[in-house]
Amino acid sequence: MASTTTSVETHKPIIEVHSATVRFCGDSGDGMQLAGTQMTNTSALIGNDIATFPDFPAEIRAPRGTKAGVSGFQIHFADTEIFTPGDRVDALVAMNPAALVTNLADLIPGGILIVNKDAFDEKSLKLAGYSGSPLEDGTLKAFQLFSVEMTRLTRLAVEGLGLSVKEADRCRNFYAMGLAFWLYDRPLDTTLRYIDAKFGKRPDVAEANRRALHAGYNYGETVEAFASQFRVNPAKLTPGKYRNITGNEATAWGLLAASKRSDCDLFYGTYPITPASDILHELAKHKNFGVRTFQAEDEIAAITSVIGAAFAGAMSVTGSSGPGIALKGEGIGLGVMTELPMLVINVQRGGPSTGLPTKTEQADLLQAVCGRNGECPAPVIAARSPADCFDVVLEAWRIAVRYMTPVFILTDGYIANGSEPWRIPEVDSLPSITVTHPGPITNGDKYLPYQRDERLSRPWAVPGTAGLQHRIGGLEKQDITGNVSYDPLNHEHMVHLRANKVAGIANDIPLQEVDGPEKGKLLVIGWGGTYGALATAVRKARAAGGAVAHCHLRYLNPMPRNLGEILKSYDKVLVPELNLGQLRLLLQGTYGVETVGLNKVQGKPFTVGEVEDKIKELLA
Amino acid sequence: MSTESALKVLTPGDFASDQDVRWCPGCGDYSILAQMKKVLAGIGAVRENTVFISGIGCSSRFPYYVDTYGIHSIHGRAPAVATGLKTVRPDLSVWVITGDGDGLSIGGNHLMHAIRRNLDMNIILFNNRIYGLTKGQYSPTSPLGKVTKSTPMGAIDNPLHPLSIAIGCEATFVARSIDVNIKHLEMVLHRAAEHRGTSFVEIYQNCNVFNDGAYNFATDRETKADTTLELEHGKPLIFGKDRNKGIRLHGMDPEVVELGKGISEDDLLFHDEKAPEPSLAYLLSRMRYPEFPEPIGVLRAVDAPRYEEMLNGQVAEAKKARGEGDLDKLFNSGDTWTVA
Repeated sequence: MASTTTSVETHKPIIEVHSATVRFCGDSGDGMQLAGTQMTNTSALIGNDIATFPDFPAEIRAPRGTKAGVSGFQIHFADTEIFTPGDRVDALVAMNPAALVTNLADLIPGGILIVNKDAFDEKSLKLAGYSGSPLEDGTLKAFQLFSVEMTRLTRLAVEGLGLSVKEADRCRNFYAMGLAFWLYDRPLDTTLRYIDAKFGKRPDVAEANRRALHAGYNYGETVEAFASQFRVNPAKLTPGKYRNITGNEATAWGLLAASKRSDCDLFYGTYPITPASDILHELAKHKNFGVRTFQAEDEIAAITSVIGAAFAGAMSVTGSSGPGIALKGEGIGLGVMTELPMLVINVQRGGPSTGLPTKTEQADLLQAVCGRNGECPAPVIAARSPADCFDVVLEAWRIAVRYMTPVFILTDGYIANGSEPWRIPEVDSLPSITVTHPGPITNGDKYLPYQRDERLSRPWAVPGTAGLQHRIGGLEKQDITGNVSYDPLNHEHMVHLRANKVAGIANDIPLQEVDGPEKGKLLVIGWGGTYGALATAVRKARAAGGAVAHCHLRYLNPMPRNLGEILKSYDKVLVPELNLGQLRLLLQGTYGVETVGLNKVQGKPFTVGEVEDKIKELLA
Repeated sequence: MSTESALKVLTPGDFASDQDVRWCPGCGDYSILAQMKKVLAGIGAVRENTVFISGIGCSSRFPYYVDTYGIHSIHGRAPAVATGLKTVRPDLSVWVITGDGDGLSIGGNHLMHAIRRNLDMNIILFNNRIYGLTKGQYSPTSPLGKVTKSTPMGAIDNPLHPLSIAIGCEATFVARSIDVNIKHLEMVLHRAAEHRGTSFVEIYQNCNVFNDGAYNFATDRETKADTTLELEHGKPLIFGKDRNKGIRLHGMDPEVVELGKGISEDDLLFHDEKAPEPSLAYLLSRMRYPEFPEPIGVLRAVDAPRYEEMLNGQVAEAKKARGEGDLDKLFNSGDTWTVA
């Protein structure tokens, strides 16, 4: 796939490749997330399609040099459309032995391995479990090893700026970036702009980082070790204006947009939890959009504050991750019972209990669909990629107000922290969301808070409206009047009403689309953040001649009307999930179809290869 | 809103909902409901601008019985529900109705945080020292040794004292009254309604089914003048049937003294509900029967910034400084690129 051309600007040949995957890894204080983010932004700006995978430990600072403290950031950039951050890496930058030992398995044979030679001292080697130095014993001979004295060279680069040794060493990530940027022919200007903006108040630090970045870049250019550079040309994406966006940013911006398009001020009541907190951080920055953010005393206060705000007429939203959603369960039940519109965002992580706070999983599907007491139906929709979070939020709010119900939005740690190019929409072209509140009653007629429209939705009467005084709450309500009722038949009637209301949403959502043949040997069906791996694997399998289709669910409760028919159109149905088979259970229960599972619960997303292998096995 | 309804002066009866009140006959809640309706009429409340929010328990059925907006929410969480509501709609008059179990046990955390945020709302805690709705288990305010269905050998949890907790959370308004002392109760609720900030009111309330007579000492005609002390701002702490007893400070501690015999009113502790330091209010909250008469009335009433004003103030400030949020501008900020 590569062709060699000689560049006029540099001394070394540039090899054009269609895509590359680079991973920075080091200690959790080494600035690896920053290095990855910078390379991402630069790659996005030069027009590559990108997908990223930040992977960091739950401990803020595990002991230095230990395997527990290794933090990594992977970026995949390409001249074609891509959906995943890549299975294996072409180039690995390892800042210490612990980072090397925990990441080496993902480097392709013959791949580029850049290590900070200075960090391979006896103590660090021992912490990583090495008995000798892998840089010298030949164990790395399958790779193109570049052993660079990053610490010493960084210190030399910043000499004379009056920085302490510690401050100087903190610039090492910029040195590593510079080298990686040279290797993949990325311009430095985006990162130089970032340095100006970020370190403007510390001119000495800014200058040190600039020098370290250039030093790394020039090292690649000058030193004879590197024979060539690589280049990845811009991708042919749909025309438009783009920016890079993470899932949590897209979620927060989606909330701002939904608030604007429904002309309903946003109230975000939440309690900090990884990996959902960044939604709060982002919203808290934008109070000029009329956003009220409320950091509650706990998860239960978060959801109940949202119920109060919803009663008041606000666009009310809470966000959390699995353990927090568990605590919110009773409150969500109250939301379902009181039939108030609100959004519940679950940025899923590895569970159960505290589980794996910084790692991804999609094991909260049944929690969202079923995880409350009583017959407590709530719509559930899931985002499939970072940018998709934006659209999903708008759609969820449309459903919430149209059907007067809490709506679950499922994302996960992988898409929340991962990023991809987002085609910036024109705000006026976004769907507008109609919110209506009944007006005052002044002729003495009684207001009926549980009288329903054709969609079985009740009115959203807000305090302050004369004549509409009414009481809602968790006790069962008499149909139409909303008075407390223990009548057995009324309860059964109301249970059916609430169930039918949510089931009826199926008439208001698009039919399920299928990528690939309408009938065939195999259907791969998934939901949420596995989209990229599944779509890529299925397309590869089809390119190799397999009759394989892919359908990816956004709507998990209710499911699209045509899904049963789709499932019956293929000989076999494969359901890959980052859980033990929760969607399978729902498909089996709803449609009675036999399915095959591909399940992984390692706190990591699927690789394309894993899905491809399973497809091959089923087609054989 | 029609002019007619806006001009009409509402009576207590106008605040009654069409629902049958279903508390046990003789329950102290009836009196509280009656005084509340009087106070709402008295302060010129508008039905549609008033919201009652409750948790779970006998007291928490309250919202069904008033013709206002209301939420009967879940156990202990009413203060958090009210926080969301009041934050979004600072114009509404918001009342939280809770009990000793609801507010101090399962909802203790929310109560504490609602009080420290000082939103402009009223928290009315009905304290009958028992779990009524779940039929007679001891509550967080039940005294040590209390024999109930769940404590056949006597309660071994030290009781909580609601006013001390409220003052510990820097409450800006703290008061206590008694269900059957209707004039006093009306006065206290009125004061609470007028306070700007979170008002916390404890009402001694009788449960004649599961804990009858818990407050006999304070309600008995024969003894109440000696066992309770009505607080008045700026006045000395005097009590007793013959108004001949008072509270004096002995070092840091209060002591009961008899007037005359060389002790005059000037020697007594004077009540200052506006004292910026909550120490005096805390001291009052720790005066308990039988060692002391129990103070009723307003222990503390001070002014402090309110959460909803500060939050909405930040929103207004952000709009002023940066202009009304512009999504197109936000989306196009930072690094972007164009694909042709």
